[in-house]
Amino acid sequence: MDMNSFSPMMPTSPLSMINQVKFEDEPDLKDLFITVDEPESHVTTIETFITYRIITKTSRGEFDSSEFEVRRRYQDFLWLKGKLEEAHPTLIIPPLPEKFIVKGMVERFNDDFIETRRKALHKFLNRIADHPTLTFNEDFKVFLTAQAWELSSHKKQGPGLLSRMGQTVRAVALSMRGVKSRPEEFMEMNNFIEVFSQKINLIDKISQRIYKEEREYSDEMKEYGPIHILWSASEEDLVDTLKGIASCIDKCCKATEKRMSGLSEALLPVVHEYVLYSEMLMGVMKRRDQIQAELDSKVEALTNKKADTDLLTEEIGKLEDKVECANNALKADWERWRHNMQNDIKSAFTDMAEENIHYYEQCLATWESFLASQTDLHMEEPSEDKPESH
Amino acid sequence: MTENNFGLKKIEISVSEAEKRTGRNAMNMQETYTAYLIETRSVEHTDGQSVLTDSLWRRYSEFELLRNYLLVYYPHVVVPPLPEKRAEFVWHKLSADNMDPDFVERRRIGLENFLLRVASHPILCRDKIFYLFLTQEGNWKETVNETGFQLKADSRLKALNATFRVKNPDKRFTELKHYSDELQSVISHLLRVRARVADRLYGVYKVHGNYGRVFSEWSAIEKEMGDGLQSAGHHMDVYASSIDDILEDEEHYADQLKEYLFYAEALRAVCRKHELMQYDLEMAAQDLASKKQQCEELATGTVRTFSLKGMTTKLFGQETPEQREARIKVLEEQINEGEQQLKSKNLEGREFVKNAWADIERFKEQKNHDLKEALISYAVMQISMCKKVGFGFGEDTVYSKL
Repeated sequence: MDMNSFSPMMPTSPLSMINQVKFEDEPDLKDLFITVDEPESHVTTIETFITYRIITKTSRGEFDSSEFEVRRRYQDFLWLKGKLEEAHPTLIIPPLPEKFIVKGMVERFNDDFIETRRKALHKFLNRIADHPTLTFNEDFKVFLTAQAWELSSHKKQGPGLLSRMGQTVRAVALSMRGVKSRPEEFMEMNNFIEVFSQKINLIDKISQRIYKEEREYSDEMKEYGPIHILWSASEEDLVDTLKGIASCIDKCCKATEKRMSGLSEALLPVVHEYVLYSEMLMGVMKRRDQIQAELDSKVEALTNKKADTDLLTEEIGKLEDKVECANNALKADWERWRHNMQNDIKSAFTDMAEENIHYYEQCLATWESFLASQTDLHMEEPSEDKPESH
Repeated sequence: MTENNFGLKKIEISVSEAEKRTGRNAMNMQETYTAYLIETRSVEHTDGQSVLTDSLWRRYSEFELLRNYLLVYYPHVVVPPLPEKRAEFVWHKLSADNMDPDFVERRRIGLENFLLRVASHPILCRDKIFYLFLTQEGNWKETVNETGFQLKADSRLKALNATFRVKNPDKRFTELKHYSDELQSVISHLLRVRARVADRLYGVYKVHGNYGRVFSEWSAIEKEMGDGLQSAGHHMDVYASSIDDILEDEEHYADQLKEYLFYAEALRAVCRKHELMQYDLEMAAQDLASKKQQCEELATGTVRTFSLKGMTTKLFGQETPEQREARIKVLEEQINEGEQQLKSKNLEGREFVKNAWADIERFKEQKNHDLKEALISYAVMQISMCKKVGFGFGEDTVYSKL
């Protein structure tokens, strides 16, 4: 490849992108490309589950190769998320799609569910790849590159289940304390999260409802058009007009379907991801409060001279650092998250508006062309029989 | 009905107002009903100015009385239908309540349309009772009932019987009957589905309205995005409320189709009259034929057909020649009468077919014109809706501001 060429167009293959010359003043140039596809069903005697193919292409030195292909199941994603939360308790980890869909699921694995989940998992991994800190996480690298048996053995390392459970109990107790001494900026943040969570949940429900209503509208329209064709069979003089109307209704029906698919592709997944994000944010807030509470309880112990003061002072020193790190990490990530959220929401609703514009433009063109065809052929004759009414 | 030059003067009729009234009904119980103001203006040829000549109030039941009268006295005319008695093909927003203001308004328009149709009909416009309906407020009901039209009406049972047993109706009427059945069936189906489509469309628009409040509340916690969210929310409110007018306009379109749904019944009424007359004619001819045969048998002494008289004669002895002569004489008189009747029935029948068919041709042209206009107006409505609503989304300020 010519090292001096720089194509201004979006290259189609990730491989070609990573072969481009990396310029010093473009630190954001992507060097990790991940796709999630090809869901496959696996049946064993114990269970049935789906795996997804994950292809990673990278130019990073720390990776042994430039291309990796692995298969992962949902459990593996859950593991990864857990590890990321453990390593970075106050960073905003991207959300995973839900484990189960509660209502209306007959089969655990119907096609729509799998496809929606696949897209969400793809988003999840790419968001991690785009995150300035998380992208260099070791467990993330293992997830993307290790073969199945390698991953299993890697998973077994680290704190066991019982110690993790113990941690959780302590954490809940501590987080209660942390809320009282929360700094002002985090109070604001918490307030935002509460309101945002409420609103995004409502928007999610409203958007789903709109999709449902549009589906039902489209179904009725499918019956509406053909009646005009049926009618034209008994009206010699109205055949053209009736058939024309039937055709317009059918075209508008197709435009509605298109609008619906736009909604389900652009708006619904984005809104839903932010519903999950809002839950995630509350978790982050809790963890931050926990870390703060740890410090506070030690400080209290020192004041009450409950244990060895020297040891306590040393521990407090460490915890103060920990709290400062955690707070700074969260602050920075918060700004980044807010910025991304605004862009994503704006983008989603702008897309929705555009879909609507196209829809109305299409319908308008359809009806106008029908009207033109009618008035061309129609000779205006004043009829004595038609009464004037207002 | 006596001729008057009412039909020749140019008049304007309008049903301009509707008013809720309370009164006492036939059983002296209090009831609420709506009265409609009918105003008639005559237009002077010379200067085109219109002068209010008559104004009176009528209720729906009086319109029904007028129409029933016209049906009896003009069976060869496709009598214009009245707007529906009760709201049908409703979608969930419209109430089926006859007192609902929207329903009353649409009924007012329908009643006006009915009067205009009658006034512009070449035959019906000359009717005296119709003239009195427009001009004589008090006593009109008594005047109509005095015509005794209810007694002249054909019984439903007789008509049903004729429909089943008639042997040779005019083929055109048979075809017309099939056509009117098809028309009724397809328009009913169309109106039903249209109502469901309207219901769904209403749902889509109104749910969008829910975004309005949520965006507004969200905007309170956002700095940069706040304004954009506010204006997007406002747009959603406007969008959601736009459906009310859209569906109100569509209701008028539905009314235009409903008129022709009810016209189908008027067509069937004319067909039924023809079948009744034809059946009557066939019965009269059959009766005449059998009487002629009886006469012939008596005269020649041959008995070809079974008759009770013949049997009793055989059993109890032959009748005397004088008795036989007397019977032949009676039969011959009846045959004469019968032949006269058959002739006049035949003439009546042919007159009816000729007049009815002329009105049916007139109706067909009117129907084609009106339905085409209605269908085109539907397209016009869709176009104006697309422009109005689509424009709202296109306003660059709203979503790009986000």
